[in-house]
Amino acid sequence: MLLETIRLALTAIIRNALRSFLTVLGVVIGVAAVIAMVTVGQGSSEQVSANVEALGTNMLILRPGTRMMGPGARNTAPAFRLADIQALQDLDSLSSVAPVVSTSETAVFGNTNRTTSVTGTTSAYLDIGGWQIARGRGFTPAEDRSGANVCIIGETVRTALFGATDPTGEKIRIKAISCEVIGLLVAKGAGSFGQDQDDMVIMPVRTVQRRLLGSQDVASVMVQVAPGRSSERAMSDIQTLMRDRRHIAPGQEDNFAVNDMKELASMLNSVNSVLTGLLSSVAAVSLLVGGIGIMNIMLVSVTERTREIGIRLSVGAQASQVLMQFLVEAVVLSVLGGIVGILAGLGLAFVAAQIMAIPFSPSPGVVALAFGFSAVVGMVFGYFPARAAARLDPIEALRHQ
Amino acid sequence: MTAPLIELRGITRLYGSGEALVRALDGVDLTISRGEFVAIMGPSGSGKSTAMNIIGCLDRPSSGNYLFNGVEVATLDQDQRALLRRHYLGFVFQGFNLLPRTTALENVELPLIYKGQPKAERVARARQALARVGLDGREDHTPAQLSGGQQQRVAIARALAGEPMVMLADEPTGNLDTRRSVEIMELLQQLNRDAGLTIVMVTHEEDMAAYAGRLVVFTDGKVVRDVPTRAKGT
Repeated sequence: MLLETIRLALTAIIRNALRSFLTVLGVVIGVAAVIAMVTVGQGSSEQVSANVEALGTNMLILRPGTRMMGPGARNTAPAFRLADIQALQDLDSLSSVAPVVSTSETAVFGNTNRTTSVTGTTSAYLDIGGWQIARGRGFTPAEDRSGANVCIIGETVRTALFGATDPTGEKIRIKAISCEVIGLLVAKGAGSFGQDQDDMVIMPVRTVQRRLLGSQDVASVMVQVAPGRSSERAMSDIQTLMRDRRHIAPGQEDNFAVNDMKELASMLNSVNSVLTGLLSSVAAVSLLVGGIGIMNIMLVSVTERTREIGIRLSVGAQASQVLMQFLVEAVVLSVLGGIVGILAGLGLAFVAAQIMAIPFSPSPGVVALAFGFSAVVGMVFGYFPARAAARLDPIEALRHQ
Repeated sequence: MTAPLIELRGITRLYGSGEALVRALDGVDLTISRGEFVAIMGPSGSGKSTAMNIIGCLDRPSSGNYLFNGVEVATLDQDQRALLRRHYLGFVFQGFNLLPRTTALENVELPLIYKGQPKAERVARARQALARVGLDGREDHTPAQLSGGQQQRVAIARALAGEPMVMLADEPTGNLDTRRSVEIMELLQQLNRDAGLTIVMVTHEEDMAAYAGRLVVFTDGKVVRDVPTRAKGT
């Protein structure tokens, strides 16, 4: 009987195809909006996670200066030295430590040139940052120590200077140094903030310090927490060591800061989820409005079909069967709307994912939820009109014009 | 030899209350036996339609007894009366009351759906019923594609499909011209004679009442005349 009733409902819906479509348009739009919002939100938070993953897991960044610097405050804290790096390497809780100095220089090859960021560091930087060598090799320990005139370039620099040809073994000029390209990095693409991560040249830290900056300062230090150690523990080890090395008296504020990349990631993700939640709740309101639309049209339909209801009652339909018929019709209608909405929402999210270059990650849970929600909308908003239909007096209903 | 199929005893039906109290039926006694063809006549407001609604279990009397096939049905609730209509009664109305945009076959199937018959059986029975009213070949026509007389035949087929014990016809020829009316009356008469179908019909046309075997006249909520007719065509 239920199957019969569903078939009956489908027939009634198809007979009034245009009106049925307009009736459920609200539900279609609501469901599509919720699905699109959540799917895009999911994709962008996956993107953030992937970016952080690419930056390196369990990575901490050590910088001179206090953690909180108000506007206009001058950073008077002394920079780190290579000796600090040595000391940090002795900490058990850290697996790699890389000094980072950077400057912006113009790299020249033949008659092409590109202004890019030059990072002075050691081979540990590649491990911590999750960089891989596409061609050639990384720095040897000797090159790390000595300050040799060698460099590793990113894909963007390679394209600018060499086009598609193999850059390894070529010499590029940066300021007064001529350095040999020993490696090419695998491209990473855009970072969390949209910056081009491949637009850089990496050189041994001493080379950059001596030949480009003329200073022994180390601007920041990237460290990787040893496997199985907590980043909280590593942070406190670094703090203790650096307070000692920088002669900070007890009770005095740190003149350096340790930042956890995970913090940044979770911050970005929470902003993301607040936005997704906000947009989804707006979309959910349109689902509610869609439900009211269904109720409205179903009520009109009950009035229009009063005679039909009378006929059904006269041939022996019970009130509960009439109620069921209209309820099933409302539910079938809104479930169909839900299905169309889910497809439209996924389509929208797919297009958005292509445009925003984020992963398209439909969540089965949300799809199931939207589907269930549209069925509930049909049930709730269909009940009132269905009850109105079931309560009709057969004699009155048959007399209705 | 024939046990009464319908037995009304002291039926009253009141509408409103106090000053506005209307006695639509005022102590009606009426007995109809199996196989009868009864025409009910009377001026408007005489209570004939109210009596018809009560006989058809669409309405309940305010007081009195209604025995259908020997069973008291005056006190049945809405759902029980729906079951009674489903299994024992067939209706034909003045305005045909077919479902619009629905084929003749589907219209005739309707009561069978509520009887819970499977699709194949429904279709077979509905085709058979349409054939009995002379509409074979028109199964897929919607009411809009049929003439008034044909629509009424579909309605009769619908009433027949459920194999009722009684067919109740409320002014079945009210919307038809004389020629179609005569055709419909001849069809009802034929169903009554050949299949022994009990028919109760309300009409205000004497010519049509003449096709029945018995005439009951209502005035002011009472039966004032109950006579056999010399049925036409006999």
